[in-house]
Amino acid sequence: MSLKRIDLLICCGSGCVSAGALKIKEKFHEVLKEKGISNEINIIETGCMGPCDYGPVMVIYPEGIFYRSVSPDDVPEIVEDHFLKGRPVKRLMMHDPKEQVLSTQKDIPFYQKQVKVALENCGYIDPESVDEYIATGGYEALGTILTTLTPQQTIDVVKASGLRGRGGGGFPTYMKWQMVHDAKAEQKYIICNGDEGDPGAFMDRSLLEGDPHRILEGMMIAAYSIGASKGFFYIRAEYPLAIKRIKLAIEQARGFGLIGENIFDSSFCFDAEVRTGAGAFVCGEEMALIHSIEGSRGNPTPKPPYPAYKGLWDMPTVVNNVETIGNLTTIFLKGADWFASMGTETSKGTKVFALTGDIRNTGLVEVPMGITLREMIFEVGGGITNDKKFKAVQLGGPSGGCLTTQHLDVPVDYETLKEKGAMMGSGGVIVMNDNNCMVNVAKYFLDFSVDESCGKCSPCRIGLKQMYDIMERITSGEGKDGDIEELQRLGEAIKQLSLCGLGQSAPNPVLSTIRYFRDEYEAHIRDKACPTKVCSALMHFDIDKERCIGCSLCARKCPVNCISGSREDKYTIHQIDCVKCGNCLDVCPVKAVNKISGMHQEVLDHLNQPIEEEDH
Amino acid sequence: MYKEICKKFAPTKDNLIYILHEIQDTHPQHYISEEAVDVISDYLGLPANHIYGVLTFYSMYSTSPRGRNIIRLCESPPCYIKGSENILRKLKTLLGVNVGETTKDGLFTLELAACLGVCGNAPVMMINDDVYGDLTEEKIEDIVAKIKGGK
Amino acid sequence: MKTLTDLKKIREKAQEEMKLRGNNVRIKVVVGMGTSGIAMGAREVMKAFLEEIANRNLTDVLVTQTGEKGLSSMEPIVDVIDEANQKVTYGNMTPDKVKKVVVEHIVNGRIVSDYVVATGN
Repeated sequence: MSLKRIDLLICCGSGCVSAGALKIKEKFHEVLKEKGISNEINIIETGCMGPCDYGPVMVIYPEGIFYRSVSPDDVPEIVEDHFLKGRPVKRLMMHDPKEQVLSTQKDIPFYQKQVKVALENCGYIDPESVDEYIATGGYEALGTILTTLTPQQTIDVVKASGLRGRGGGGFPTYMKWQMVHDAKAEQKYIICNGDEGDPGAFMDRSLLEGDPHRILEGMMIAAYSIGASKGFFYIRAEYPLAIKRIKLAIEQARGFGLIGENIFDSSFCFDAEVRTGAGAFVCGEEMALIHSIEGSRGNPTPKPPYPAYKGLWDMPTVVNNVETIGNLTTIFLKGADWFASMGTETSKGTKVFALTGDIRNTGLVEVPMGITLREMIFEVGGGITNDKKFKAVQLGGPSGGCLTTQHLDVPVDYETLKEKGAMMGSGGVIVMNDNNCMVNVAKYFLDFSVDESCGKCSPCRIGLKQMYDIMERITSGEGKDGDIEELQRLGEAIKQLSLCGLGQSAPNPVLSTIRYFRDEYEAHIRDKACPTKVCSALMHFDIDKERCIGCSLCARKCPVNCISGSREDKYTIHQIDCVKCGNCLDVCPVKAVNKISGMHQEVLDHLNQPIEEEDH
Repeated sequence: MYKEICKKFAPTKDNLIYILHEIQDTHPQHYISEEAVDVISDYLGLPANHIYGVLTFYSMYSTSPRGRNIIRLCESPPCYIKGSENILRKLKTLLGVNVGETTKDGLFTLELAACLGVCGNAPVMMINDDVYGDLTEEKIEDIVAKIKGGK
Repeated sequence: MKTLTDLKKIREKAQEEMKLRGNNVRIKVVVGMGTSGIAMGAREVMKAFLEEIANRNLTDVLVTQTGEKGLSSMEPIVDVIDEANQKVTYGNMTPDKVKKVVVEHIVNGRIVSDYVVATGN
C-alpha cells in the first residue's frame, strides 16, 4: 500500500497542454523534491476535464479541490499552503458572483447540468494506466458479454438503449451492426472513425487521448457482435497524442491478454491497429476513410453498396464514430434502460458538445439529449463573453445550420434540429455575439468546404466554388440583385446531387443564414453596407473632427500613410488608400475614430468614375 | 536511406500513408522528393502516378522542400471568430514570409491548416507536433524567439 | 488475464491505489497541519498514521490534513471521523500514541478516551 496522501490530477488534454500544463507538472516535481515530500504526492496527468476556458486546471484529492488558470508560478504557493498546511489557495479556486468560493466540480455551474457517460473517466484517470481504467470498471463489460451473451443478444442490448451514431449521421447503431452480423463472409472489420475534422469539434480527440481503453473495449464489444476479428482505429494525423495513447492502450491490452486469441477464455479472437490520415476532412466520410486505409486517395464512392456489405477490401465493415463507441461500456454496465431513460423520445442518452466561440466557458460538456440551447449556452456555457448579446449559434460545423434567439428554447435532439434547418452534427457548438457578420461567417464555412472537397463530383467541386464566388462578390461590395436566389438555387441543387455527405451538407451554413439573416445579405447587396462593420469593403473608419485633438498618433501608426492633417485642422483618413487595418482606432487616445457601416462617399465616387479611354 | 525507411513496413499498398509520413517526418526539410517516390513505387510495386495521386490529395504532404519547423495556423471558423487573422498578420510580419513560403534561414514554413481540434483554446497553431493555443501577438513573438534560440 | 475473477483481483488492487479519489471510505483521519501543529510535530504524527494504516492494509481508511484547528495548546490535533460523520478529536498526539488509536479505535471501534479532547459532528 502506498504512503501517498494526495492525488494531484493535472488536466493534460491537448487544450491545457497548449496552455502550459506540462510545465506546471515539471514545476510540481521540482518543488515537491525541494520540500522532500515527493513520496507523499501522486502526480497524475489526466485527459480533458472539460472547461478549456479555465485552463490549465487541476483537481486535488481527497478533498476534490478544483483549481483554475494555474501557472508554474503558482506552484510553490500550492505546495506550501495546500499540501503542507492544508489550506487550499482560494484565489485559484472558482468563485460565484457573490465571491463565495466554489470548492469542487460539484459546486461549479459548468459541471452541474452535465451527466458524464462517454466522458466518465476523462479527467479522472491516468489515460496511460490500464490499472486505473480497470479500477473504474474497465473490461468488466467485455468480460461479461463474452462469457454470458451471444453476439445477437449484444446487438439487442444496443437496440434497446436507442444509441444512435454520434458522428453526425444519427443512424441507429444496432442497425449497422445487425447488417454486418447477418452478412456471410470469411473476414469482417470494425473501424473506429477518429477523423474528427468538423471545425469546432474536439470531442473525439479528448476521448481518444483521455480514455483510450474505453474506446478499445467498446470496439471489441462491437467486433464481437458483428463477428469481426480485426479492428482499425483511423485517427487524423493532426492528433499525435491521441495516436500515441491508442497505440499504447493496444499494447497494454495485448500484455494483459485482452487482445489476441481466446479473450476471456472464449472463442473470440481480436487484434487492432492504428491507421492515420494525412490532412483531409473528407476522410471522415466512411467510404473515403476506407479507401484511405486501403492506401488510395480518400474519394468517397457511391452508396449502395454500403460498407456493411462491401467495405474495407470489399468485406463487410462497420464504421463507428469514437463517441458512439465511447458509450458502449456504460450501456452494458448500467443497463440499456438506464441509458434510454435519459434524453428524448427519439434521441436517447447523452451527447458530448464542444462549446466554442464567443462563450464564457469554452470547453467540452456532456449533457442529456433534450437540453435546450438556452441551458447549454447560458447555464453550462456561462453566457456570452464581454457582456455582448447572443446573436447566433452554429451547430454541426460546416454541415450544419445556424440558430438564432428565436430558437433558444428548442430542445437539442436529432429530429428537432433538422426541422429548424440545423443539424446535431458531431457536436460542435460555435456561439456568436452581435459583432459577427453572418454573411462573412457563412462565407468562412463555405471556404472550408471548398478547400476540403475531394473534387470527384461536379456539383460539389464546381457548385460550391460558384457559391463561394458569389459570397466573395457580396462581401466585397459587388453583390447584385438575384444573388440570394442564385445562392439558394445552387445550394439546393448541390445538396441533392452531390455524391457524399460533404457536398450534401456544405450549402447549409449559407442557406440557413439566408433564412434567418436575410436582411444582412440584402444590406450587403443593395446598400453596399455591412451592418456589423466586419466586411472591410463595406465599412470604413472615420475620424470625428469634434473629438480629434490633432495628436497625429493615428497618422504615425498608419501602415500605408493614408491619414493626414495637423493639430489645427485635425486629421482625415484618405479612404481610397485605407486598408482597414484598424490601427488608428486602436491607438487614438480620445476615441475619435469610429467604424461606420457602408462605403465612404469618396470610395463610391471613385468607383463610379467613368473609365478613361486610353490612346492605342 | 529511403529504402531503410520503407523496410520498416510490410510492402503492402495499405502501408503507403505510413511510409509517406515516415519519409516526410524524418527528412529535415519535411518533404517527399521524386527520388523517394521512385523508391516507394519500387518497394510497394505501385505505379508512381498512384503514389503522386495520394501524395497530392492529402494536405499534410509536401512535394517541395520546406523549413525545419512547419507552422500550421488554423484558419477555420472557431479560430477566425477569435482573431486568427491578426495572428496570421503577425506571423507574416515577424517571419517575413507569405503563406506557403519558407524563411531564408530555412527555419520556418508558414502554412494554414483546417481545424486542428483544439477550438476551446482558439486561436491555435501547431508547429510540427506541438500545439500552441490561446495565441496572442506577444505569445507568437515568444514562441518564435524560443525556437530560434533553441536551434 | 483469463477470467472475470482475474479481472476482479486486478480491479481491487487498482482501486486501493486510487483510494484517494474514491468514495468507499469508512474512516477519515484528519490531521491538523497549521503552523502550530507542524511546530508541535503534526507531520510526524501524520507519517505514523500513514505507516500504521499501510502496515495493516486498512483499505477503507483515509488520512488527510487540514489547516489550523484553533486548539493550539493541544496540538497536534487529530480528528477521527466515521461514516455517520461522528467526530472524535484526539489532542496532544505523538507518533507513539498513534498505534493505540489505530488498533483500538479504528480497527476495534473503541475510542481511546485518555487522548480525547472533544467530540461532536
